[in-house]
Amino acid sequence: MKPARERIAGSVANFVDERTGAAKFLKKSLNKVFPDHWSFMLGEIALYSFIILLLSGTFLTFWYVPSQEELIYEGSYVPLKGVKMSAAYSSTLDISFDVRGGMLMRQIHHWAALLFLAAMVAHMMRVFFTGAFRKPREMNWILGVALITLGIVEGFLGYSLPDDLLSGTGIRIAQAILQAIPLIGTYAAFFAFGGEFPGLDFIPRIYTVHVLLLPGIMLGLITVHLMLVWYQKHTQYPGPGRTEKNVVGYPLLPVYMAKAGGFLFIVFGVTAFLGAVASINPIWVFGPYTPTQISAGSQPDWYMGWLDGLVRMAPPIETYFFGKTISWNILIPGLIVPGIMFTGLALWPFIEAWATGDKREHNLLDRPRNTPTRTAVGAMAITFTIVALINGGNDIIATHFSLTINQIMWATRISIFVLPPLAYVITKRICLALQRADRDLVLHGRETGRLVMLPHGEFVEIHEELSPQEAFTRTSHEQLAPIPVAAIDANGVRPKGVLKDRIRARISKGILQEQIAKPTAKEKLELGGGHH
Amino acid sequence: MSNKELEPLQDPGLPAHAHRKADHDEAAANRAERQVAILFLLSALGTVLFIYSYIFIENNIYIYIPILGNQHAQQLFLGLGFAIALFFIGAGAVHWAKTLMSDTEVIAERHEMRSSDEDRAALIATVKEEVGAVGLGRRSLIKRSLALSLGLVGISPLLLLRDLGPLPGDVLNQTTWAEGVHLVTDPGNRRLRPEDLEVGAVAHVLPEIEDPEHRSLNSIAKDALLLIRIRPEEFRLDAERLSWTYQGIIAFSKICSHMGCAVALYEQTTKHLLCPCHQSTFDVPTGAKVIFGPSARPLPQLAIKVDDAGYLVAAAPFNQAVGPSFWERKK
Repeated sequence: MKPARERIAGSVANFVDERTGAAKFLKKSLNKVFPDHWSFMLGEIALYSFIILLLSGTFLTFWYVPSQEELIYEGSYVPLKGVKMSAAYSSTLDISFDVRGGMLMRQIHHWAALLFLAAMVAHMMRVFFTGAFRKPREMNWILGVALITLGIVEGFLGYSLPDDLLSGTGIRIAQAILQAIPLIGTYAAFFAFGGEFPGLDFIPRIYTVHVLLLPGIMLGLITVHLMLVWYQKHTQYPGPGRTEKNVVGYPLLPVYMAKAGGFLFIVFGVTAFLGAVASINPIWVFGPYTPTQISAGSQPDWYMGWLDGLVRMAPPIETYFFGKTISWNILIPGLIVPGIMFTGLALWPFIEAWATGDKREHNLLDRPRNTPTRTAVGAMAITFTIVALINGGNDIIATHFSLTINQIMWATRISIFVLPPLAYVITKRICLALQRADRDLVLHGRETGRLVMLPHGEFVEIHEELSPQEAFTRTSHEQLAPIPVAAIDANGVRPKGVLKDRIRARISKGILQEQIAKPTAKEKLELGGGHH
Repeated sequence: MSNKELEPLQDPGLPAHAHRKADHDEAAANRAERQVAILFLLSALGTVLFIYSYIFIENNIYIYIPILGNQHAQQLFLGLGFAIALFFIGAGAVHWAKTLMSDTEVIAERHEMRSSDEDRAALIATVKEEVGAVGLGRRSLIKRSLALSLGLVGISPLLLLRDLGPLPGDVLNQTTWAEGVHLVTDPGNRRLRPEDLEVGAVAHVLPEIEDPEHRSLNSIAKDALLLIRIRPEEFRLDAERLSWTYQGIIAFSKICSHMGCAVALYEQTTKHLLCPCHQSTFDVPTGAKVIFGPSARPLPQLAIKVDDAGYLVAAAPFNQAVGPSFWERKK
């Protein structure tokens, strides 16, 4: 006779399986193999902070009042007693000061939002620099770009809900961007705000979008994102025993489940710790929103900061043609540049596949040094964003480092054009230098620092040969050759589409020609490694 | 295409599995078990701290913590308890996985995502057959009328959004300011005489209305003014704009001509107005010309004068829309 526990488990399992056939699926799934690497946890952090956001956000909705109805504050925060404010702001004060654990939850929610965006961006960088977006994972890359875009909007709407002075200022700026769209802008702004700015409608409206519409869409996208990871199997770093055709790692049960589940609690614990000790968005300091007031040093959250920095550095250009006004100073930094950046980001897998002519499936990741051009493009984009972000905080930097805003503004206006190309060139050189270092290591081994005097008096340093595993890891990558240029045939006739092909061949040459030849088995054998 | 023909280094294969101490040493395994249990128990202590803080720490106690400063005791200990409770469950689970659960790496095969040619052909055949059975190719009347109705039905959700807001009309060009409207302080709602403002002073002003207690934010967002007094000879304005000032007092819209923030920072020595949002800087003596930053237009100037009783009033409405630009804005 089996113990009771086992009998009950057995009959439950039987019940479910007879109705769903789940055993077949589960048997396969529980043995699913996941490769292990610290950088694969970045996406996990994003997922877990999303879960934390859903939980803490639900808590906040129990007390938050999404209304701009005006009332007199009577809560327990003394400095604001008797002040006229919106129900939204007043209820946020109540959550902070009169609901036990309310302040904690607000701060956990805000910290988790910052972490969510940071983890998504870090995860995206990992995927970009290792080439994990390549076929067959282009769709998942696009889903990821969509999630980051929605995450930025969701975060912005979230910190706008308290209706404090700082968030109202952010909404004012968003309204101005909307209003600056040619042709339809004024109408779009009037529809979004129910009339003129600020009106009485935007808080209830962005509330619905923030707690229902966007989280719903994001939940859907995340589900598909994970299902694709599951179905296509995770990529893995190159190394001994790892090929394009296999996946090496730990089975889902029990190791991966325990680690991933444990990690959820760790992330939750860390955000709770931050929420407990690190004050964030102290809305009671700012006061309620009114269009005539503002605080110096108005800063958005970091994921909006680079956009704000672009807006700050934009040249003061506005055109007036045929009786119509176009604000280039808003459109270029607020819509056009971010539009180009995000479109380029989403299309990158296809751009790269076109430029290199590599349309095959890839399950082994690239080491960033082995794809210098991609790595350099990424460094360029990051540099651009960081320069913009610095200008987004120019007022804070000015006061902290005794600079003038004008100095920082001009420095970033120039840097945004100069530094990204510079970052490109430097990164590419570093990658090639690292390739060279890999080649040296594989062929000549590691410098040990041990000097030996030979009988005839010569000093040599002993080189220690790499293990076969290490040597393989450093040489297992494939080095593609550039796409050949289509030749003009004997009669001097250009093949159809030759110009396009030539451009493409030229680009692929730029990407692929410059690389350090990896050592071959023959070279290694000849040198023997370590003995010279 | 690649340099595969050059013989690469051989794959030495997956390294041999290295056993952990707890895999073969019973004492080490027991020690690991105790460590995991201690981590879980720490979590339980965290929850105890959480419950204690929730029930027994009063809402009005503040304690001083070095570095952190004055902290709300209840919130701090609730948070710390919560953090400990959560973190150590995670730490325990991970430690358990790392020390005691099987750490043998497993190799699974991958398969190309592409379906086999037979499957693809079978799918195409099925689809063709089924589409053929529906007969859309032949019944073009059905096809076209369905396309029409689907297209039209897509309009209705858009139409339903029409009542989200009113049409802009001319409201963006209008403010409360008109000839004879008194300038009153914000806050305070007091009328102003020229002598209330010394040279170098700045006043925040709104138009006088009947019920100042219920001033709408919409009107504030367009009506807000900055009143600045400098010495009249310092103005560098044309005759018309100069006539809009009064004894060195000049009135500008306080709403930034860039993105509508409040241009609330006035630097007395340089006579510059600065918008803290994007640092557009306006020069007061030249009529708020943009001297720095992204704004492309000066702040609109309101013509002012004094009435018979000696109070400052508007001499005319704004001659242009205030606030950020929009498509239909007149120059």
